[in-house]
Amino acid sequence: MSAAEEVVTEAPAVEAVPKRAMTLGVGTSLVVLAALVIAPLFVKNFIIFQMTMLLIYGLAVLALNILTGGSGQFSLGQSAFYAVGAYTSAILMEHVGMNYALTLPIAGIICFGFGFLFGQPALRLSGVYLALATFALATAMPQLLKLGYFEHWTGGVQGLVVTKPDAPFGLPMGQDMWLYYFTLVITIGIYVASVNLLRSRSGRAFMAIRDNEIAASAMGVDVALYKTLAFGVSAGITGVAGGLGAIAVQFVAPDGYTITLAISLFLGMVVGGVGWLPGSIVGSAFIIFVPNIAESISKGLSGAVFGVLLFLVIFLVPHGARQVAIVAQQMLGKLKKH
Amino acid sequence: MLVNEKGETEMSATKKLAVLSAALGLLAASSSGVLAQKKYDPGASDTEIKIGNIMPYSGPASAYGVIAKTEEAYFRKVNAEGGINGRKINFISYDDAYSPPKTVEQARKLVESDEVLVVFNPLGTPPNTAIQKYLNSKKVPQLFVATGATKWNDPKNFPWTMGWQPNYQSETQIYAKYILKEKPNAKIGILYQNDDYGKDYLKGFKDGLGAKAASMIVLEESYEVSEPTIDSHIVKLKATGADVFVNITTPKFAAQAIKKNAELGWKPLHFLNSVSASIGSVIKPAGFENAQEIISSQYLKDPVDPEWKNDAGMKAWNEFLDKYYPEANRVDAFVMYGYTVAQTLEHVLKSCGDNLTRENVMKQAASIKDLELGGLLPGIKINTSATDFAPISQLQLVRFKGETWERFGEILSGEAGG
Repeated sequence: MSAAEEVVTEAPAVEAVPKRAMTLGVGTSLVVLAALVIAPLFVKNFIIFQMTMLLIYGLAVLALNILTGGSGQFSLGQSAFYAVGAYTSAILMEHVGMNYALTLPIAGIICFGFGFLFGQPALRLSGVYLALATFALATAMPQLLKLGYFEHWTGGVQGLVVTKPDAPFGLPMGQDMWLYYFTLVITIGIYVASVNLLRSRSGRAFMAIRDNEIAASAMGVDVALYKTLAFGVSAGITGVAGGLGAIAVQFVAPDGYTITLAISLFLGMVVGGVGWLPGSIVGSAFIIFVPNIAESISKGLSGAVFGVLLFLVIFLVPHGARQVAIVAQQMLGKLKKH
Repeated sequence: MLVNEKGETEMSATKKLAVLSAALGLLAASSSGVLAQKKYDPGASDTEIKIGNIMPYSGPASAYGVIAKTEEAYFRKVNAEGGINGRKINFISYDDAYSPPKTVEQARKLVESDEVLVVFNPLGTPPNTAIQKYLNSKKVPQLFVATGATKWNDPKNFPWTMGWQPNYQSETQIYAKYILKEKPNAKIGILYQNDDYGKDYLKGFKDGLGAKAASMIVLEESYEVSEPTIDSHIVKLKATGADVFVNITTPKFAAQAIKKNAELGWKPLHFLNSVSASIGSVIKPAGFENAQEIISSQYLKDPVDPEWKNDAGMKAWNEFLDKYYPEANRVDAFVMYGYTVAQTLEHVLKSCGDNLTRENVMKQAASIKDLELGGLLPGIKINTSATDFAPISQLQLVRFKGETWERFGEILSGEAGG
């Protein structure tokens, strides 16, 4: 029994109505959306920058969620796809002089191809073995980026400095705010597309594979195709997130895309709730802010404090933010009845 | 202010005039006082100076965390002794785990949220590269960065960024100068790590040899960090018949090279870059007997060297550690590093007086003259100017004898710009 199956079969929401349980209700969605649109008008640029990073990591966690929560495949190699996306955007912007917005779809397509191809040999593996294969990819990536052959393009160890775009059409907003709204639009677009994907025929095929591969193939699902497709889609979205990350941070270097990033994204997915797409943003908040909180508690033991906080979360709410949301929903329901 | 206040309508015109003239008179009388007026940028006030710092406390480079811990302890000492010109130092240090995206986040937090006066001694070449453009566009000093890359000495393009330690190019320039003087007909074999650090060193060495580089260097051999051993490169270098070996390697490979040389019986004049001059992590594992006569360089006092037993600077250092950082590992070279770089900042802030603007901090940092500090080797002085953003560019040559480094010759300086 692989760890993947354990996680999936234990999840109550997945057993119930998977299509609905993966998203938020319309009302809640609108409230969250309104908050995301209005908030930047009242905060400092630094907070806007953090919110942009929140959305970007949220996208990357969402991508992993489609792969693991949707099709039941594990990946510890998301940092590699993120790096490829980031470098694609950075190289196209700095060496080719392309507009930043145009580089994102290209980063997405390249990563989709990369993920799809990587999915081919990975098909033979499942559960922890697949996780290990993707782990290898994540470990190799920073070194590949340092290779002398690519140095002219990648800048080697030194990395590449990326120019931050100004707001277009003379819009009266700063670079940070513009980039935030730009990221927000892309995030919403990808989120809606992902929800629709999981509700579609392909999404049902993903979930059928996740729940029982043999049954799925007996029903006529092309297991090999859909598994690699899930890898491709996940990698593609991660690539777009990577590209956005490069633009927001204004810098790419191999040290930014180590295995630590892959583990952080994985952590974000688990904390947000495996298979619950809105949880991605909660997971992203966890990986961005909790290390800062841990550091403010103790500098020397920040890693240990982070570990304790993580342990508490997993111990108290093993299904992450989704569990909290479900409990909140039930309590609201009770209140309404009274 | 008084004259402009709205609620003064009842005040007669003459009274207003009187007040105005009185104010003007005062202004004229204290014109010298106006010039010395206190000036502040964000992060500085009558009571406090906020200093930001970014350090990898966690992650693969966490060994460097000691530097910021020492700095924090040092500023505690400064505060306990009354602060700098009466102002307490508020040292805010964040963890970036050596990951450039996190460095950017922390730098923005320091500048935009904590509003520090300067970002001081952030560590590592990639993290500093990531924030250099941002800090320069915000006109926030990126002062005394903790990396040896040569590119930090570039006041023309990055007037808000300054290095501190001798850069890699200066170091190999010094070796080149020595070779030109002592062994003008040398046949030189070079081994270097194929990355920014290795190439920086190599460039300095070639620049130092100048026109003679082409005729003197018989082989430039590079290796990748991912290689398990560099034995084959050493064999190749020996085969060229070189009588000078310039060893630009990181600690693990440096130890391998020293050992392999001994095994092959190759005894060239051996220059070892200071990055790997650690007795504990390089020389001892390679074997003391194999490392005799190797030449390297230093600029800080080595706390384990018995020569400094009664040295005033070393005594002050020990007293500071006893009182403010007793758990420090005194053999760790980073403790001396953090102590000395913190003293340099203290000097700069002191010379700023009451004019604590970011511009003046950079101005004072760029006009240090012959500053000597307790942790620096005798004769090594810190010097900067508007066109020289490399504070320490002098080094002391050392030769390995018995079980320790022995200083020899004069203090040498190499001037390398970015």
